[in-house]
Order: sequence, then C-alpha cells, then structure tokens
Amino acid sequence: MASGVKSRVKLPRRVTAGEVIPIKTLITHRMESGQRVDEAGAVIPRAIIHRFTCHFEDEAVVDIEVHPGIATNPFFEFRARVPRSGVFRFAWYDDDGAVYTDSQAVEVV
Amino acid sequence: MALNRRGFLGAGAGVLAAPAVLAEGHARPRVLVIGGGAGGATAARYLARDGAGAVAVTLVEPSRVYVSCFFSNLYLGGLKRIEEIGHSYGGLARGGVNVVHDWAVAVDRAARVVTLAGGGELGYDRLILSPGIDFVEGAVPGWSLAAQNAMPHAYKAGSQTELLRAQVAAMPQGGIFAMVAPPNPYRCPPGPYERVSMVAHVLKETNPTAKILIADPKPKFSKMSLFEEGWAEHYPGMIDWVGEDFGGGVVRVDPDAMTLSIDGEATRVDVCNVIPAMKAGRIAQIAGVTEGNWAPVHAADMSSRVDPDIHVLGDAAAQGDMPKSGFAANSQAKVCANAVLAALTGSAQFPPRYANTCWSLIAPQDGVKVGATYEATAEKIARVDGFISQPGETAALRRETYGESEDWYAAMTADMFGAPVT
Repeated sequence: MASGVKSRVKLPRRVTAGEVIPIKTLITHRMESGQRVDEAGAVIPRAIIHRFTCHFEDEAVVDIEVHPGIATNPFFEFRARVPRSGVFRFAWYDDDGAVYTDSQAVEVV
Repeated sequence: MALNRRGFLGAGAGVLAAPAVLAEGHARPRVLVIGGGAGGATAARYLARDGAGAVAVTLVEPSRVYVSCFFSNLYLGGLKRIEEIGHSYGGLARGGVNVVHDWAVAVDRAARVVTLAGGGELGYDRLILSPGIDFVEGAVPGWSLAAQNAMPHAYKAGSQTELLRAQVAAMPQGGIFAMVAPPNPYRCPPGPYERVSMVAHVLKETNPTAKILIADPKPKFSKMSLFEEGWAEHYPGMIDWVGEDFGGGVVRVDPDAMTLSIDGEATRVDVCNVIPAMKAGRIAQIAGVTEGNWAPVHAADMSSRVDPDIHVLGDAAAQGDMPKSGFAANSQAKVCANAVLAALTGSAQFPPRYANTCWSLIAPQDGVKVGATYEATAEKIARVDGFISQPGETAALRRETYGESEDWYAAMTADMFGAPVT
C-alpha cells in the first residue's frame, strides 16, 4: 500500500427523493505513469489508480477504467439520481493491489 | 533647501500653481506619506528627488528596518539570509525625506492633520497612504492575533517569517506543515504557493517523509498549472491541496491542540501557517477612504475617490486589474509622485503607465513569472497585455527567469530606498 494516499468525497448529505446531485471525489495519489526514468536511466515502475467505482447501495453508479495519462491526484465529478436514503460507496483500485474505500450516507428528507 | 537652479525653478512654479497653499502660510507645500513599503518609500523618494526641495516630504513608518515581503519566501527556503531582505531608511533620510518612526493613528481630513501614536501632529497639503494590509477579524475561526505565535501568518515579513522558518526546522520527521490560504483579493497572489514550494524544498532536504496540507477557499490559484507541474516534479507525493470543492474554505483551527479542521475533519499538524482574509491597512479605514475592505482610487493619479487631497497606493487600493504586489505598488507610486508634484508645483505631468511582474521560485533555479502592462481608464487601471511562463519550459529558461528576479530585487530596493548609507 502506497503511503500518503488520502481520499475525499463531497456530496450533499440531505436531499429530496429523485433529486440529481453532484458528486465530487479526489484521491491524493502519485499516479506514477511507468513512462518516466530515474537519474540512473532505469524506468520507474508504473503505480497508478487503474479503476474507480461508485455504488449506491448495491447499484453501480460509475465504473471507470483509468490509464497512465491521468494526472496526479485524480479528481472525478459526476451526477447521480437519489431515489431513497442510502449509502454511496467509493473504491479506488491501486496497481499494487490495494483498494482504497470511502463512503457517505445520504438521507432523503 | 539647497538653492540650485532646478529647486529654485520648482519653488517658483509652486508659487504660481498653488497660491492657496502659500496663502495658508507654509513655506513649501507639504506631502505626508504614511507607510514605508514598496508604495510609500518609492513615493517619498521620488517626491524628494524630483521635487528637489520644492515640496517638504515626510514619511511616517513605525519599523526601523524594512523587511521585504518579496523574497521572504526565499528566506524560508534557506536561499537568502534575513539580512539580505532587510533595508534601512537611512538612504531616504539622506535623500531629503523627513523619516518619522511612529504610527499614524488619526486623520483629520478637514484640518488636514495626522496624529501620531507618540502624540505628535503633522499637517499636510497632500496625504499619501500606503499602509499595506491588515487581516479581517474572525476570518479563520479559532485564529486571532493572540494565536499568531502558535500559528504564524508570516504575511508581514520580519519576526513572523523568522518564527515560521524556525518552526519548519523543528518539525518532527514525517510531520505535517499546514497552510490556510486566503480568499481573493490578497497581497501577492502567488505568494502562498511559492511559500509551499520553498517549505517543500527545505523538507525534501531535511525531512523527506514530511507532508504539506493546504486548505484553500479558492477553486484555483495564480500560476496553478506551473506550481502543480513543479510540485509533481520536485516534491512528488508531498503536497496535498484541498480546494473549494472539498471544503478548503470551511476551516477552523485550534492553536492549543494544534489542529486544523477542513470541512469538519480535524487533522493534528506540526506547523500551521494561517493566512487570513485581508483588508486595507487600518489607517485607510481610520481616514475614512475605504469602501468595504479596500480604498477606491482614480486610475490617473491614484487619488482617493473619497478625498482629492489623499492618494492611496499599493495593496490597500482598489484600483482595478493590477494584483497586490510590491512591483505594482512601486509602479503606482511613481505615477502618484509625478501627479502630486505637478499639482503642487506646476511641474510637468506625464501620462500614467503601469506595469507589474510577479516572479515565483518553485525550486532553486526553477523560476516562473507572470506580468502585464496597464493603462488608466475612467473606471479603473485596466490590463493592456501580459505574459506568463509556460509548463514544460527548459531548465535554462527557468534559471534565466530566476536571474531576472534577482536583478529586479536589487533594482527595486534601490528604487525604493536609494543607495544604502555606508
């Protein structure tokens, strides 16, 4: 597991039923592309977040495949319709096998 | 007053152009400058030099030594000594400016008299205010003047800057340096991010596992792509910037517990550099020339929109498109000094021309810049055209850009203070 990785999510906690809400996510991650060489000329191994998913309860909201061209600290913003109260779960999949997760409950009022 | 040809003619023109002033019984028109920074020092020096004795110039400045905010980040980065960014007012005094080390605490605009904290009073025919910035009270919940030793702002250079450097040096291995960045508009737009770069440079050498956390109320910042590129290259994985999207503007600090809370999530930090929201230096408010946080001015001569006998320079002024920078204040001061001399002595007045450049250092020898030229319109100082460094520039070009900034610093401080007294 890489050090210094931190995820953040931002979405409204209280919504009305059927409302479309903006969801923003950010993960602090180096996203080493595998294209760079170090001072000795050796290739620095690729170490990126290659997949990001968001689920609302058991339903997939987005499932994104990420390639080495994506910058450091990947930021995703998307929208989702919220039919009822529930929990959004987020997962970032690292090349080294680690999975970073985050979640936030949304209450329909 | 030295009786040379230029001074004699200047004084003679004054008799013709400003009879009202002489009718009040003053031998020479009096210009009072409050604040001895990039705006005030430059204005005082140009008035004394170009006026050649035709006007009496007094500068009120509490500090005995001016420590420049510009290049103070390089001191934080260990690239400059504090003595290298400190300047005496002796050169100005020798150049004919009456330098008074005191605080201005009241302005009587009707009588045109300024009262000093030490009890003295100074009359003026024209008043030039160049008071820099003060912080907006309560801008960062939990932070106050009483907390500035635990959580320094280091945004007025001097002891605060030295304190912040010592705190960075004392960080435990793997510790966290936090910064609360200010909302727009504020002094030196790229300043907080150059500071992060310089702190990162120090940590990379001495404390490579340390982290930097920035809480920022803005969605983007000056030279953002250049800084982000440089941070990824020089300090990979060290700097975490939390912008408006993730609650960077919803912060609270606890100076006793040394915590920074961002959008409700508290983090224990080792150093916390709090740079609160800013407003015009207090004397501008006391003088009653501010609207909101800043003092609106006419672009042609930096005169206040509230009182034609008062001019406001630099960070405190709301002038239009120029950023709040030392370069900008210096540029405005020269326009203002020329206009004030013309009004008081009848000397030639030139069309206003303004310019600014802000250099920033991302790592040693990795310099970038942004700048523009400006013109005066009826509404504001308006940007004409500009330039900015680009991502992916060669190391040689970046070295050259840094070299420019060093040359500018020498020229700028000589322009403000004249030749140092040896």
